[in-house]
Amino acid sequence: MRHRGRVLAALAVMLAVAVVTPHTTPFLLLLVTRILILAILAMSLDLLLGFTGIASLGHAAFLGLGAYLTAILAVRYNFGLGWDFGLVILFGSLLGAATAAVFGLFALRASGVYFLMITLALSQCVWGLAYRWDTLTGGDNGLNLPGRPVLGPIQLGDDTAYFYLVLAFFALSLLVLYVLVESPFGRSLVGIREHEVRMRILGYNTWLHKYIAFVISGAFGGLAGVLWAQVSGQVSPDNVTLTTSVDALLMVVLGGPGTLLGGVLGAAIVLFLREYLSTLVPWWQYVLGSVYVLTIVYLPDGVLGTLRRRRRRARAAPALGLALQPSRGKELKINEGGIE
Amino acid sequence: MKIQWLGALSAGAVALAALAAPKAEADELRIGFLMPVTGPLAQIATDSINGFKMYLDDHKGQFHGATVKFIVEDTQAKPATAVLKAEKLIKQDQVQMLVGGVLASTGYALAPVSTREKVIYIASIPASDNLTQRDADKYPYFARTSWTSSQPSHPFGQWACENGIKKVVTIAADYAFGYEVVGGFQRTFEACGGKIVQKMWPPINLADYAPYISTIKTDADAVFILPVGAGALTLPRQLAAAGIIPKMRLIGSGTSFDEFVLPQLGDEVIGAVSPLHYSAALETPENEAFVKEYRTKFGKVPSYFSENNFTTALLFDTVMGQTGGKWPGSKEFLDLLVKTKVTAPRGPVSFDDLRNPIQNIYIRKVEKKKMFGYPNDELWNTVIKTYPSVSQFWTFDRAEYLKQPPYTRDYPPCKYCE
Amino acid sequence: MDAKFWLLQAFNGISYGALLFLLGSGLSLIFGVMRIVNLAHGSYFLLGSYVGLTVIWTTGSWLLAIPVAALAIAVLGLMMERVFLRAVGSDPLRQVLLTFGFALLFQQAALDIWGGNNLELSPPAVLMQSIVVAGLHLPVYRIFMLALAIAIGLALWLGLDRTRAGATVRATVDDAQMARGVGIDTSRVSMLIFGLGALLAGLGGVIGGAFLGVYPGLDFDILPLAFAVVIIGGMGSLGGAAIGAVVVGLIDNFGKVLFPQISYFTLYAPLVLLLAVRPTGLFGRE
Repeated sequence: MRHRGRVLAALAVMLAVAVVTPHTTPFLLLLVTRILILAILAMSLDLLLGFTGIASLGHAAFLGLGAYLTAILAVRYNFGLGWDFGLVILFGSLLGAATAAVFGLFALRASGVYFLMITLALSQCVWGLAYRWDTLTGGDNGLNLPGRPVLGPIQLGDDTAYFYLVLAFFALSLLVLYVLVESPFGRSLVGIREHEVRMRILGYNTWLHKYIAFVISGAFGGLAGVLWAQVSGQVSPDNVTLTTSVDALLMVVLGGPGTLLGGVLGAAIVLFLREYLSTLVPWWQYVLGSVYVLTIVYLPDGVLGTLRRRRRRARAAPALGLALQPSRGKELKINEGGIE
Repeated sequence: MKIQWLGALSAGAVALAALAAPKAEADELRIGFLMPVTGPLAQIATDSINGFKMYLDDHKGQFHGATVKFIVEDTQAKPATAVLKAEKLIKQDQVQMLVGGVLASTGYALAPVSTREKVIYIASIPASDNLTQRDADKYPYFARTSWTSSQPSHPFGQWACENGIKKVVTIAADYAFGYEVVGGFQRTFEACGGKIVQKMWPPINLADYAPYISTIKTDADAVFILPVGAGALTLPRQLAAAGIIPKMRLIGSGTSFDEFVLPQLGDEVIGAVSPLHYSAALETPENEAFVKEYRTKFGKVPSYFSENNFTTALLFDTVMGQTGGKWPGSKEFLDLLVKTKVTAPRGPVSFDDLRNPIQNIYIRKVEKKKMFGYPNDELWNTVIKTYPSVSQFWTFDRAEYLKQPPYTRDYPPCKYCE
Repeated sequence: MDAKFWLLQAFNGISYGALLFLLGSGLSLIFGVMRIVNLAHGSYFLLGSYVGLTVIWTTGSWLLAIPVAALAIAVLGLMMERVFLRAVGSDPLRQVLLTFGFALLFQQAALDIWGGNNLELSPPAVLMQSIVVAGLHLPVYRIFMLALAIAIGLALWLGLDRTRAGATVRATVDDAQMARGVGIDTSRVSMLIFGLGALLAGLGGVIGGAFLGVYPGLDFDILPLAFAVVIIGGMGSLGGAAIGAVVVGLIDNFGKVLFPQISYFTLYAPLVLLLAVRPTGLFGRE
């Protein structure tokens, strides 16, 4: 397998992270846990954006729904506090998928800017619902979860234990998404991104492909939401704001669309700026804004994407990274500047 | 290639290890202050920090011998960030206390952190009733030096009855704070014969109040307002433009006319009456000194945000005085705090056993005049009546009170709404 | 609920629509010509209000504040377009992220420069009164906003329809390649249109600021409103923006009056439904 080098490297890094992180500061442990959860969200968005070429401004909705489901089940029905947490994860993913299924019916009628707008409007509706239905969601007060689940002898309340759980789900998500994008389905998505009309002429049902990608990305968004609710112990309408959706987009674009792992890098950078830099200096928002601007202007393929392009030019060999590779006979162009 | 990776990893690991937490020192009081330093609430954060710091600076950074290490962290007004920063303060900076928060959602997010980590959290502003009522036993490390949302509303309802107000229309922002303030008012107002004939809940980020103003029942005596954010400036103005005031009397929550917004309000609010546990126009020596010092240092009249945090520092100092400057441990500190009585700029402050203040509630009226020797006519909240030693339960029997549901959009129900 | 009531609601809805037109016309123009999704549009509005405030504080003149703020924001917009947006091209995602980054920068800068208090932009007292027409209290300021929106709309329409420059713009909007083919400098046209859009936003800021207040967070509060106008009206159509504004204003107003329980959805739900049925808006073209 030509990607063996990359895969082993990724595994090595994950192993290192798994081993080293709990021995750094407790704050860093929490931060890395949050980064991994948002990386799942970013990777799910990358499936849409980097691979299928659709940019959504409403991805926070899936995170929020997964989080709220977890909180509501825990607080109002005492569900999900033990091994049934596994069921909560399943339900959260299903809810994300189901919501994406409904949203997709509306949203996929549009494209480009209109898709951005309609996904924004949809996620604002979710926000309104979270805010208004306060008997269920706690309204603007939000909901406090009663504590992380206890799985037999494992107390997930211990940050290190929870970190490993999140890391496991992250690895699982990465694996599933990687297999997906490497599959024929994944390659057709790239084809749709590159030239939808051509794909349609070739007989692909492009709408269905996009729809399925949307639903899958919703599922992983929901999963991320479940994990997110437990990491901070509370949910509020704040989880479903425009800023969260745009941050998710930035994570993908900053890391490199179409690389999957780019989402992880992007999540790390954005969270590092928001949560770590903010403990050091008050002008961190200038840095964040500048990162947005400079990334778009100078690194349109994101960090990993640019690295990949440089390597490709240097070697004149097929693409590195876990994502694209030319299929037999047909040469797929590397994404030059994002979506159209 | 792999070697490069390993090299990078080792370097990274070394760097991370270097960030290990420092050791705690004796006779040092480390306070973690959580405020929304960036974002729309930044000014509130600044005022709060200034209030606390002013006390600290006046006492040379010491509480009776204990050196105070004051660490401010930015919550960005997001509960999830507040939780993360709180964990950082507790686990990395080893703070003995968390103070602050502004919104109810932050208060609700931080209270469980205090229980989980067994670190005191003092809410110096969040007012959500249940934190010291129905949820109080969930949070044994939580105390409040501020107020509950309904605390001023209860006596205000009675005052309204006694002052010729019989029918009231409420326009309050659609969130928990609004429900609790209006709910408390409605309860006591209707108990003494008043009627709330219309309750409106405009959404919080509303620009144009016209849809609500245009449907106000103008045969009521007074309109009770509780706008949020910029609405504090625009709602009174739009009411005046629509001819609603001064035809109807203008009353509302203390936060509608308090010193945070008063300098920007226009003459249409002169005569507005509201209740709060503080007024900058309180004519006591403690308050006069406080207002003058604050205004000289920071160029504005202090609001209750500043006063609450100043008094929090005062309370801490008083407690440390009882321990001779030594940190007695979380539970012990909290026990001492709850037994402390001080005379703050807002007047006498003590605590009930659910760790909420018992304090004066002032009925204030906006007047344009000169105060404290300042040269210009300005808007001030003149105190027209004082209800002393008001607790969060007013005159109700506590058990009865707690059996009732919390105040929400629909509770108390609007019996007289047509 | 008599005729007077409905008239008042209609007046409120339409005058609110006038304000939205001031917000949305600039955005509609920008999108129409350049296909740019400008998430910093709310920031232009807010900065316009703040600059207007500074002018009032230093010179005491509200009238002067309007052109100064409008021009200042126009310059800001031009600079942003020239230096940054040009580099990004027509990819909506990159535009979104770039302009959002600027919105963050502007937000922090505004906070650092003008502080975090809610501020009041007071127009002359004469505009703050109400006139009573048939027993209805109509705030003069709303009438003023309506008149101004109509005037600006007319001026824009006449400019686009009757002047040579307007023809150039319309050519660029309709088919940029052909326009270049006949010798029109489309990049210059684009730049000027962006500047005009920013100017309208800054103007809207001073006018609207008196109505909405000036506070940190205003930028993101009005952004969805501006987008609602443009989406419903269709991007690139001025007449569409006007109609979109009135429609949004009326739906929002009546929705809140008649169905207060769904007041959070009176803006977004119609948007979703409309876009689902006609993805390019009522009058848009794609």
